[in-house]
Parts: sequence; C-alpha cells; structure tokens
Amino acid sequence: MGNSPFTPGLAAGRLPAKDLATNFGDLHPPLEHHEAVVAADRCYFCHDAPCMEACPTSIDIPLFIRQIATGTPEAAAKTIFDQNILGGMCARVCPTETLCEEVCVRETAEGKPVEIGRLQRYATDTLMAASLHPFTRAEPTGKTVAVVGAGPAGLACAHRLAMKGHDVVVFDARAKAGGLNEYGIASYKSVDSFAQKEVDWLLQIGGITVETGKALGDGLSLDGLKADYDAVFLGIGLSGVNSLRAEGEDTGNVADAVDFIRELRQAGDLSALKIGRNVVVIGGGMTAVDAAVQSKLLGAENVTMVYRRGQDRMSASEYEQELAASKGVRIVTHAMPKAVIGNGAVREVEFEYTKDGPNGLEPTGETFRLPADQLFRAIGQRLKGAPDGLTLDGGKIAVTGAGRTSLDGVWAGGDCASGGDDLTVTAVAEGRDAAEDIHAALSA
Amino acid sequence: MADLSTDFLGIKSPNPFWLASAPPTDKEYNVRRAFEAGWGGVVWKTLGEEGPPVVNVNGPRYGAIWGADRRLLGLNNIELITDRPLETNLEEMARVKADYPDRALIASIMVPCEEASWKAILPRVAETGADGIELNFGCPHGMSERGMGSAVGQVPEYIEMVTRWCKQYYDKPVIVKLTPNITDIRKPARAAKNGGADAVSLINTINSITAVDLDDMCPEPTIDGKGSHGGYCGPAVKPIALSMVSEIARDPETYGLPISGIGGVTTWRDAAEFMVLGAGNVQVCTAAMTYGFKVVQEMISGLSQWMDEKGYSSTSDFIGKAVPNVTDWQHLNLNYITKARIDQEACIKCGRCYAACEDTSHQAIAMKPGRVFEVKDDECVACNLCVNVCPVEDCITMEQLAPGAVDERTGKTVEADYANWTTHPNNPAATAAE
Ligand SMILES: Cc1cc2nc3c(=O)[nH]c(=O)nc-3n(C[C@H](O)[C@H](O)[C@H](O)COP(=O)(O)OP(=O)(O)OC[C@H]3O[C@@H](n4cnc5c(N)ncnc54)[C@H](O)[C@@H]3O)c2cc1C
Ligand SMILES: Cc1cc2nc3c(=O)[nH]c(=O)nc-3n(C[C@H](O)[C@H](O)[C@H](O)COP(=O)(O)O)c2cc1C
Ligand code: SF4
Repeated sequence: MGNSPFTPGLAAGRLPAKDLATNFGDLHPPLEHHEAVVAADRCYFCHDAPCMEACPTSIDIPLFIRQIATGTPEAAAKTIFDQNILGGMCARVCPTETLCEEVCVRETAEGKPVEIGRLQRYATDTLMAASLHPFTRAEPTGKTVAVVGAGPAGLACAHRLAMKGHDVVVFDARAKAGGLNEYGIASYKSVDSFAQKEVDWLLQIGGITVETGKALGDGLSLDGLKADYDAVFLGIGLSGVNSLRAEGEDTGNVADAVDFIRELRQAGDLSALKIGRNVVVIGGGMTAVDAAVQSKLLGAENVTMVYRRGQDRMSASEYEQELAASKGVRIVTHAMPKAVIGNGAVREVEFEYTKDGPNGLEPTGETFRLPADQLFRAIGQRLKGAPDGLTLDGGKIAVTGAGRTSLDGVWAGGDCASGGDDLTVTAVAEGRDAAEDIHAALSA
Repeated sequence: MADLSTDFLGIKSPNPFWLASAPPTDKEYNVRRAFEAGWGGVVWKTLGEEGPPVVNVNGPRYGAIWGADRRLLGLNNIELITDRPLETNLEEMARVKADYPDRALIASIMVPCEEASWKAILPRVAETGADGIELNFGCPHGMSERGMGSAVGQVPEYIEMVTRWCKQYYDKPVIVKLTPNITDIRKPARAAKNGGADAVSLINTINSITAVDLDDMCPEPTIDGKGSHGGYCGPAVKPIALSMVSEIARDPETYGLPISGIGGVTTWRDAAEFMVLGAGNVQVCTAAMTYGFKVVQEMISGLSQWMDEKGYSSTSDFIGKAVPNVTDWQHLNLNYITKARIDQEACIKCGRCYAACEDTSHQAIAMKPGRVFEVKDDECVACNLCVNVCPVEDCITMEQLAPGAVDERTGKTVEADYANWTTHPNNPAATAAE
C-alpha cells in the first residue's frame, strides 16, 4: 500500500480511489435542463446548415436544437436517431471540434460554436433515460442478414435492417458487443457502462440476435455465411496493430495502446491496475492521446507522447492535444524510436530526431533517451483477418457505393472498409447506408 | 454634463424617470428607497375610497413570458389598486413628500364614477402636499368589473366628466392615465383634454393571458384551477405604447397636450424614444420590478451620455423632436428606393436571409457556391426582412438608389421628386398632381 506517482517501476493504486473516480468521471458533464435551453437558443437555425453537412450522418442539427429549445428533447432525440442510431455515443465521442462545431457559423462569428455535441447528449440521454425506443419494425420480409462485427458499423447496419423487417444475426469475436465503443473509447468519454446500455437500448427494436465469441476465420467462414444468409455485412474494424520496427521492442512492459485501453475499460477496479512511473506513448493520433491521458489519470508521474512528425501533422485534433497537455502529458514531436532498452523489461527508449526532407522524413542523427517503465505503441491499427477473395484497397476492404465489396452479396463498412475517416460516426453512417443498399438489393 | 431635470406641468423633478403607480410605489418604505436610489418621481399606488380596502387574490398574481435565459420579456398581473387603508397611504405620502421636496409625488386615484366620491377624496389628497393627481382609468381587471378603471377609460364621455369634476375640486395638475384596451387612443385623449386634463399618461396594462397550463387546462397565473385575464406590461408592450403616444402627440386636437410615457421602459434608450415621440417624462414599473430600483442609475447615465453626445443641454431640447416625422402611410415617399446590401466580410454564412427571402419574400437573394449570399437587385423590393433576420448587426443594410439611377426591378429611373400614394395613378382616389 501507500503507492504514489513516485513509486518506481509498475505499481497499482498510485492515486487514492476517490481521485481515480474523479479522474475517470465524465469529461464533459451533461447539460442541465436550463443550460440546455440556453445553449439551444444560441443556434441560428441556419439555412442548409453547415453543421449538418459536416456531420457524417447528416443529422438535422438545427431542427433537433430547436426541438430542445421548445421543450421537446424527446422529439429532438428522434430527429438524431433517425440519422444516427448511436447518436448517444457520438454525442460523447465525436471530435465535434473538427466536425459540426468547427463549421458552426457562431464559431465563425465569435469563435464559440453552439455546443452541438452536448446538446445532442442532452436530447439522447433524455429519451434513453425513459427507456423509450422510438422505432418499430416493418412487416417481416423473411430475409436474413449476417452482420460480422458488433461495433458501431455493424450495430447501425443491423438496426436499420431490422427496422426494414429483415432478421439479423450479429456475430462478434469478443465477449461483449459494442466494438471499440466498449473496448476502445476513453473511459472519461463514456462513463457508467454507457456502451452496454446503448447496445441494450438499440436491440429493443427486435429482430436482432447477437452471438458473441464467434469469429470469422475461427469457426465462421464467409462462404458459410453467404450460403446461410441472404446478405452479409462486414464491420470487423481494424484489429491488427502496426509495430514500431525498433530494436528490442519485444521486451516486457511494451504493449499495444489499444490493449492497454481495453484492459482499462474492462477493469472492475481501477486501483488494481498497474501503471508505470514513467510512461512513453509512441504515436500522434487519438489512440495515443487516450493512452497517454489515461496513464496520467491512473497516476503515472511522467507521461510522454512521442510523434515522429510535426505537431501540425498529428491526427489528434488540436482539442485532443490540448486535453493531453492540460492533464500534464508532455508531447515531443519530430522524434522516432530507435531502440527499446532494458533487461527483460523496458527501462529506456532511445529516439532519434527527424526533420522534413525532400523525400519525406529524415533522421538527423541526433538521439536522446527517455526513461520508461512502460511503453505503448499507438502508431496505427490495420485490418486483420479479412476473408480471402475480397479485393483490398490501401490495406482495407475495397468498397464502392454504399459499402459494396468485390463479392456479390457482401457489404462492408466502418474502419475495415476503404474511404472515410476512422471515426465512430463514420462507421455508423457507413453501416446505415450499407443497410439501405442491402434492403434495396433484397427488395429488388 | 447634460441637465436631466424636467418640468412637467410645473412639477419639477431631477430627472424624467418616475415610477409608475404599481407595487414599487405601494408604500412609504418603497418610495423612500426609490428616491434614495435616484428616481425623479413616483406615482403612488392607486388609492381607493375611504372604508375597507379591496382585497387581492391570495395565490399567484403575476404571469410572465421569458426569453431562453429567463430574461423577462412580458409581465402580466391581476393585482388590484392598493389594499391598504386610505388613511395610511395619505399619512405616508405626506411624510415622504415633506422629506423629499425636490421629487415629484403624484397620487393615483380610482373611486366610483360618482361626483360625490371624487369630491370626498380630492381635498384629502390635496392635504398631503402631493404635486398632482393621476386618474387611473386604465386598470383592466377586477376594478373594471366594478365600473372603475378601464370601464371608465373605455367611455370617452365618462373620462371627460370625471376629469371635469377633478379640475373643479382640485387645484393642482390632473393627469389622466389611459387604457390601451381601446381601438383608437385619440378618443379618450381628446375627452381628457376636453375635460380640462393637464396631461395624459399612457399606457396602462393590456388585457392578456400569458400562458395556459396544458396539463390543467387553465390560464396562468392559476388560482385554484381557474385563471383570469390580467394586464400585460414590460418590454413586450413598448411598441404598442410608443405608437399610442405618437398618435396623441401628432393629433391636431390634442397637439401640445403634455404626455407622460409609460409601457415597457427598461433602458435609457426606451425612455429617450418615448420622449422624442412627445412624452415629457416616462414612468417605469416592470423594469423596476424585474431588476430593482437600481436600474434608474443606468437610465440616468445613459440618457445623460446620449444628450452630451448629441449636444442637448436640457430634456426640452429633444422632447417631441421625432413627432413631425410620424406620418400616415399615404404620405410616405414612393420615390425613395433602396436595395439590400450584404457585407460579405461581416457575413457568417448562416443563410437566414436566404431562407427568409426565398420562402417568404421576393426570391431576391442568391445562394452561390461557398455559401455566398448576394442580393438580386432586379428582384429586391427592399422589404427589410433580411436585415431583420440577420444575426449580425449591420451586416445587411439598405442602400438608397440615387435619383437618376435605374431600379433594375422596375426598369425605371429613380426620380428625385417626392411622390406618394395620394397622387399615384393606381390610387382610385388620387388627386391630380397638377
Ligand atoms: C483507442 C481508440 C480511441 C478512439 N476514440 C475515438 C473517439 O473518441 N471518437 C471517435 O469518433 N472515434 C474514436 N475511435 C475510432 C472509433 O472507435 C472507430 O472508428 C469505430 O469504432 C469503428 O467502428 P467499426 O464498427 O468499424 O469497428 P470496431 O468498433 O473496431 O468494431 C469491430 C468489431 O468487429 C469485431 N471483429 C473483428 N474481427 C472479427 C472477426 N474476425 N470475427 C468477428 N468479429 C470480429 C471486433 O471484436 C469488434 O467488436 C477510437 C479508436 C481507438 C482505437
Ligand atoms: C402588479 C402591477 C400593478 C399595477 N397596479 C397599478 C395601479 O394600481 N394603478 C395604475 O395606474 N397602474 C397600475 N399598473 C400599471 C403600471 O403602472 C404601468 O402602467 C404598466 O405596468 C406599464 O408600464 P411598464 O411596462 O413599465 O410596467 C400596475 C402594473 C403592475 C405590473
Ligand atoms: S451551424 Fe451552428 S448556428 Fe447554424 S444551424 Fe448549425 S448549430 Fe445552429
């Protein structure tokens, strides 16, 4: 007992339980009723609103905000769910600063956009708290669809198909449905088991069977699914992780950031989770930020994020970078890992500075070392276990139109499919659109 | 610094801001504090006859409408005249007036429409040293059902008659407070003048129901499951009051009759607007009820700054200054032609102007790639709707076409001469221009 941020090596319980509870509480507390009405009043109800266009699921944002302003958050939620059945999660995790809120005319006017994300959460929370599911199924069509992957793409696809009257079976390799909503999103964005509550709420539509612990390539085959179902949708995300290609990276206490985050998300007791005194995270994206911030929140003394290019090239938004900085994460740019040093477990990481040259990134020859009890890799996820026979494009399943793959009767969407950003909201849009296309094909 | 003092009917006050007859002026305690806060005068809460006073409801007596952040936009009340004994009010008035000789103190009165009632109360009011009286012919609820308040104010003959009695039995200024619950405000104003009134004050509150409880199916404020109409006041009524004041100010029959402007005065600017439309001073109720007596400080500093900026040294310099510019529609210059202009630098691209014009006006705004909004001069009728719906101040403005320019909408050259409807060829009743 008595561990603190200064306890050497890996240690659990670096912070008192009450600090952990605060640290992993809601990043943005929900709006109270009055706050929501005031926030909603700021919306100008723009014509052909730019925010709506910036939303990958094209939610009618001015309409739902007006519905909040007029005291009908439930109707607002319906407007949101019409376009985005995971509108509750998206309200929490969307990088709104680079989507709807970035283009809000009040951002243009005053640098202070309408708080679209928080308003969306206010509306969706209100309806979900009442356990109301606002959709019903069409007459049964007798058609069946297999959806592989219960992440945002698969769930959105399944819901839309069920609504159209088809019977859907969702298979997922993991023990719980939700995909990265359950296993990946930072804890402080989705508190109180929201991911599971959302899945349960979504399934209230009926007509969807979820089979967990069933993996394509391990028991299930694409040919088998094609034979047993009228259509197949693949929403298997990116389960592979890129390696550093640095000397010695196979040593102890070096892990993939996504694995660390998954463990953290599933931990019943955060004070039992071990974290290093000195943590180094390599990467410049959302995953890197999440791993770094959560390490800090667990009580690591020093957390450093190291990115090989300049700050402007980081895929983590400015807002995410500021969040990391505000939690005390140090961000080092223009440095790439050369060697992981340690005897059986990481002790130090050696980096070399880089600069932008005519042929891309060039090492400068200058090196430095950072002490590290724990090293997380967050330099990108990649497609793993895609069935044979599918054409790939840039390492992802090639799709055209609304998620059509090179194989007849097989659709794909979300992170595993080509095109679009790797975001929850994009996965939802792609799953939904594929469902519409599948429905059209099955009705033809 | 500008001199804010006013002389209204010979009644001097250090500034034109008086508190209207209402809860803020209900008793000595309030009025002393109001004077300490800087109010120039008060019209005491309306007095009734000698004898047991009226009683108010014991449930809620106010209703309201609000903006999103609970900014109070309109207030409604079902309160009656003072519910304290006449004697108490008179004693308090006398004490306060003695202590604040430089402030105006007016007694508001409402007694039955019988000569004896007025004859009885007027000498007693005179004894207090009050500077004048205001006849409450305006209260639209409760008292009107007893044949007083707006029941009198809606019948010009009664107004004239009662005013005459007052002039007969009281020798200080008589102000007649008008109800807006009437079709043509000039009629009661003329009656007051004919009865010998020294001034009119307006408006009293407007019949209103602010809200209905959709669960209980009952108007608000709700008293044991029932509601009744009340009197509406506050910022929402200002436009109505301004119009009524201007009608009296420019009516040849009442021209020059002093006016005390009331209705929604909330800021110095509101007060200035009433005054340039002919009010010699203003009375305030809701703003004080919403924000407390201290608001008068902003009114004083604001009016004073504006007067300095404009070079007005006394309030008489601007009272009534806008009256000559209030006219009838038929006298507006039809050769005055403007076009909307959108400042592209200031535009935040919300598209409200486009939606408004395209859907409900003249399809005169084009939406171009990149959300660029431009006015089509050949369609723009200069209605001003885009200006009104644009959230950015001064982003859309109206630009006058100079005489000699061609109005692309009509293809006609803009004429320099003034021409109005009375001579327009489309007017069946047009009088020949020659
Ligand atoms: C750490 C982290 C943080 C993130 N934070 C954000 C954020 O804040 N905001 C945001 O918008 N996006 C964020 N993202 C991205 C976002 O989570 C993804 O874009 C989104 O989850 C993609 O949804 P998906 O349905 O395509 O895939 P996933 O959510 O990855 O779901 C795929 C599902 O398929 C299952 N599966 C995989 N292979 C098989 C197989 N062979 N057989 C059966 N099932 C299989 C998996 O178990 C999983 O449940 C984050 C990602 C990570 C990794
Ligand atoms: C609660 C309340 C009570 C009022 N009582 C009286 C009254 O007794 N006598 C009177 O002449 N006017 C009365 N009025 C009307 C006000 O004096 C004033 O004419 C009206 O409120 C408009 O001004 P405002 O918009 O500044 O409030 C009352 C108004 C309110 C809100
Ligand atoms: S851009 Fe902003 S102001 Fe315009 S509709 Fe969207 S949220 Fe409202």
